[in-house]
Amino acid sequence: MSGSTRRASLRTQRRLERYALPVLVGVLFLCMWDALVRISGSDLFPKPIEVARGIGELIEKGLLHKYIVASLFRVTWGFTLAMAVGIPLGLFMGWFRWAFHALNPVIQVLRPISPIAWIPVAILWFGVSDAAPIFLIFLASVFPIAVSAAAAVANIQPVYVRAARNFELSRFDLFRRVIVPATLPQIITGLRIALGIAWLVVVAAEMIAVSSGLGFLIIDARNAGKRYDLVVAGMVMIGLIGLGLDLLVRRMERMDVVRWGYHNQ
Amino acid sequence: MTRAASDPGHRSGGGSLAGEGVDAVVRVRDVWMTFAGKSRGSDVHVLEGVHADVRAGEFVCIVGPSGCGKSTLLNIVAGFIPPTSGEVMVEGKRVNRPDARRIFVFQENGVFPWLTVTQNVGFGLQRREPAERQRIVQHYIDMVGLTGFERAFPRELSGGMRQRVEIARALASQPSIIYMDEPFGALDYLTRLKMRADLIRIWQEEKKTILFVTHDIEEAVQLADRVLVMTRRPATIKEEVRVDLPRPRDIDSPDYLRVRDRIFDAMGIDRTTGRSGDGASLDEKSVVPGL
Repeated sequence: MSGSTRRASLRTQRRLERYALPVLVGVLFLCMWDALVRISGSDLFPKPIEVARGIGELIEKGLLHKYIVASLFRVTWGFTLAMAVGIPLGLFMGWFRWAFHALNPVIQVLRPISPIAWIPVAILWFGVSDAAPIFLIFLASVFPIAVSAAAAVANIQPVYVRAARNFELSRFDLFRRVIVPATLPQIITGLRIALGIAWLVVVAAEMIAVSSGLGFLIIDARNAGKRYDLVVAGMVMIGLIGLGLDLLVRRMERMDVVRWGYHNQ
Repeated sequence: MTRAASDPGHRSGGGSLAGEGVDAVVRVRDVWMTFAGKSRGSDVHVLEGVHADVRAGEFVCIVGPSGCGKSTLLNIVAGFIPPTSGEVMVEGKRVNRPDARRIFVFQENGVFPWLTVTQNVGFGLQRREPAERQRIVQHYIDMVGLTGFERAFPRELSGGMRQRVEIARALASQPSIIYMDEPFGALDYLTRLKMRADLIRIWQEEKKTILFVTHDIEEAVQLADRVLVMTRRPATIKEEVRVDLPRPRDIDSPDYLRVRDRIFDAMGIDRTTGRSGDGASLDEKSVVPGL
């Protein structure tokens, strides 16, 4: 085999692995799902085709669109607030050692408390309104964001700070021209993790605290007539949108100003 | 101050190594450096009574065994760390912090990876008019041979090219002195040779004072007007070797080899085995037992 044909066949093989393989596994998964439902004879758990029809029904009634917007709205607010608090807080803790020693214990105690455990408190404080899930999303994402920003500052290559000091940058310029860009890659990684958690939490919060959104859809479909086709339809949508959010943050990781941060890892 | 005037190429002893006295731009006077250890008595004595002078426009290399404290000395001179005692005067003023008129080129490459070549080289020129900044930046990018890579990011460049960016960044802010801490240490042999030749050309064009730390004796002899030889820890400058060879230097010429060998001797290193002998290690107080 000549060199160029071998290269070509290698390329074909890579393309098959990259695109054909996942499609094949996906189809296999759906077939197994379908087969298992048929074998079990369950009349409640839906077959894939019934889920697809359920999604169609939700689109027709305009519910899907409405619920997705409601969920994304809450995530956007909660997550934006978490960024606005978490990034400055983390940078502050990373830069001043005393701030780290003062605040880290509190954060480390609050962090492992599941946001779900906060639901009663959230309802107490905010009632059954959008504010409750927004608060829960904020709580769920602010700690990972702050912790990763603090770690990012601690991990700055000392040589960058020394070079900046050599050029006699003012405190503000040091922050703007060196600290922020040097920490950005790791901060974005923290945002990605936090957004994943936020998306998990919004669904849980909507099951209890409000009457709209994808989480509410799932609980409502079950309670109002055991419509498991709609339950699973809601689950599928949650999965797809979660994937979309992750891809969005991954796009940020490919920006020229941060790509260096992932290059060596 | 200038004893052994009859033999200007070979002054020895740990005392004053005043260049030519009055016109020195860098004066290091009796600098001692001790890093506190974890417990009492485990303090690390790095520098002991270092004296040195560098004159304007001079290219001075500091050589010494690995870990002897030559980088520490350069960091003290640049104002990054304060000495335990003694003082450093640069251009008539006592150094106590880094200064934008003296730029440091780092061993581990201090080029900012989030900026392009142009942005890096212009880093110290924010206060200039954009047009003037652009002109200066382009001038130094051309000088270090990076024309055509203006918009590249450091990750797209080789190690040697990244070091060129850092040198251009140092030059662009038009400092009077450049401190270089083993800037070519991480490069391969051929790249290193090329970088040295280019650095000499740039130094001759720009007429900057350069204080250059290296563990590589060959490098020191190729570059320097004067080589300061340091001892092992706790280190002092033990000997000064003047390199009166015309540039570009022929690394095979007998004169070159004689200077090189003199430095090997001063460091107390056997050229064939690389071992340090006893004869020349009078100042070594922390030799590992058994060696």
